[in-house]
Amino acid sequence: MAMDLKEIESLIKEALTDATVEIQDLAGDGNHYSATVTSAQFAGKSKIEQHKMVYNSLKGKMGNELHALAIKTKE
Amino acid sequence: MDDQTKSLIQNHIDNNEVCLFMKGTPDAPQCGFSMAISNMLKILEVNFQGVNVLEDQNLREGIKIFSDWPTIPQLYIKKEFVGGCDIVKEMYENGELKKILEDKGINFKK
Repeated sequence: MAMDLKEIESLIKEALTDATVEIQDLAGDGNHYSATVTSAQFAGKSKIEQHKMVYNSLKGKMGNELHALAIKTKE
Repeated sequence: MDDQTKSLIQNHIDNNEVCLFMKGTPDAPQCGFSMAISNMLKILEVNFQGVNVLEDQNLREGIKIFSDWPTIPQLYIKKEFVGGCDIVKEMYENGELKKILEDKGINFKK
């Protein structure tokens, strides 16, 4: 089970409409990604809350279809 | 999640000042992300308890609900959820992890 890079990007942008999203396919296998997400909506929130916002945008796919997504959030 | 799983998780967190829910054990991690946090704690010479979620399917699924966090590993320090691999790695690199250990009175290599 793998997920397309574009699909990840569009799910994140759907939830965090102002976000800039940079995704890298780390292993080239469609299964290990890193995402750097920049959004003004992260302001004033803890890292845990910021990462949860990204996880929530992926609608339960994290830990299932999506095995590995390293997340970095920036305000 | 059933009550038994919930109290099992709560016991781990209550009884271990630094508790890492991970895949595998600190000596034989079964996942790169679990190994990463385990190694950071080892480098800092933190005395921590590794809880292998692969030994118990209820625990593996339960901890995700308990912490409202979809991935493993998960690090707890003094009953507080600190984060998963990405956050802990960032905190390790920018010095925040040492600060939180210091603030919470956990012994580590300074």
